Amino acid sequence: MSPETLPALLSPVPDEDGAPFWEYAARGELRVQACSDCGEPRFPPRPCCPHCRSFAGQWRRMSGKGRIWSYVVPHPPLLPAYAAHAPYNVILVELAEAPRIRLVGNLVAGPGAPLDSVPPERVRIGARVEAVFGGDGLPRWVLERS
Amino acid sequence: MAGFKDATAVVGIGQTDFAKRLPESEKALACRAVLAALDDAGIAPGEVDALASYTMEETDEVEVAKALGLGDLTFFSKVGYGGGGSCATVAHLAAAVATGQATVGVAWRSRKRGSGPRPWKNTAVQLPTPAQWTRPFGLLRPVDEIGMLARRYMHQYGASRDHLFNVALACRNRANQNPAAIMYERPLTRDMYMSSRWISEPLCLFDNCLETDGALACVVVSRERARDCRQRPVYVHAAAQGLPAQHHGMVNYWNDDPLTGPAWTAARHLWKHADLAPDDVDVAQIYDAFTPLILLSLEGYGFCGRGEGGAFTEGGALETGGRLPVNTGGGGLSEAYVHGFNLINEGVKQLRGTSTAQVPGASTCLVTAGEGVPTSALLLRN
Repeated sequence: MSPETLPALLSPVPDEDGAPFWEYAARGELRVQACSDCGEPRFPPRPCCPHCRSFAGQWRRMSGKGRIWSYVVPHPPLLPAYAAHAPYNVILVELAEAPRIRLVGNLVAGPGAPLDSVPPERVRIGARVEAVFGGDGLPRWVLERS
Repeated sequence: MAGFKDATAVVGIGQTDFAKRLPESEKALACRAVLAALDDAGIAPGEVDALASYTMEETDEVEVAKALGLGDLTFFSKVGYGGGGSCATVAHLAAAVATGQATVGVAWRSRKRGSGPRPWKNTAVQLPTPAQWTRPFGLLRPVDEIGMLARRYMHQYGASRDHLFNVALACRNRANQNPAAIMYERPLTRDMYMSSRWISEPLCLFDNCLETDGALACVVVSRERARDCRQRPVYVHAAAQGLPAQHHGMVNYWNDDPLTGPAWTAARHLWKHADLAPDDVDVAQIYDAFTPLILLSLEGYGFCGRGEGGAFTEGGALETGGRLPVNTGGGGLSEAYVHGFNLINEGVKQLRGTSTAQVPGASTCLVTAGEGVPTSALLLRN
């Protein structure tokens, strides 16, 4: 299939609680919901803090650094847009400032690079990564330059 | 749980054929399974006054009741979270019967997953939380979600693909003894497993359950009523549901400890209210949509310690004659994947002494529902 006819990857379908995350991401910012009263970060976003039951929340900017907690390499059968990139990686990143917040993403070669731009054998648990933003407003991850 | 323990019994079980493709509708299959279970029990459809099913079941109570000429229903229940609801259907009926809300309850599951649609392929209706956090990145299918936990589990505890193979093999070996199983007379070897295609690394083809068309049902009545039924009663000794604090469903990645799932919560309640301990279990039917779920469940239900699920499978432990024979009909991996209901019926067969892979003298059986989602479990005894 040519790039014109290839179906697009799925876009996030935000709910009311999640919408700010995607709005910040579209501006190239990685932010996580946190309680305004007790300060605990939480993910996925929700209306009430499970630690102190406060309804006052804020969106705290993250450094964008983290480590790979786990990963999978999906193979077909997959939706066509994803099958076109398979096998690709899906990683779970533990954020440096908030280790229990783990974001699903992809390890890519650089901003805007495709899902399969890093060979699967280069993905490993514990690897340091940092967030990058391509044109689609989704945070993806590159290996941190040491 | 005074008043619940052994107060009710499963007295009838029924099932349709299992196949990749069956011509009849889900509704017709549901009706056939329910009638078969009632016939097995020797109870007339008009006596049924309670129904229980679980979500993702297309045929609702009204349809089943009117098609089969059931009596006035005074209890009906639909349990959430897909395959996590299987055992809870029996538990809800047992509770209803034990508390006098109903006298004859039927639980069922009918599914055309072999030939029917799969919900995660429906991109026209994109679910919000948690799909917004996962699907755009290509984490699309249940196997991808569980594969993430499996990879971490293997990394953290040194579990290997051989451990996953032990699970797949035990289920396949039992299916090879069960003429009703889809994988009857289709042996599995280590070489086949290790060289099979990946579905979502680290999980391969044989780590996945079968896509199946089929239906099953069972009948629950009081201990007293059970004495008048055709079959030897199988008592509902204890039951539990489990939805742990800060659980997130299949993608439990945001829990403090994603590798302890709903099984741990259900198990705590189950054992607390049972006269039995894990060591007393003769045979277990453990939900096996994917092989790693059995390792996690072995730990969750207390058959071994944390991180020891892989090692537990060594030396034929899950096989007939092993430390804990599991999924003696072949399970979801090799008999049929009907959202775990075949595990309930297989548990009943074991305690009746009629399994195709009978554990000699089995008198206690643990049956579990989907791990990785809000779950449920039953402890059956005869």
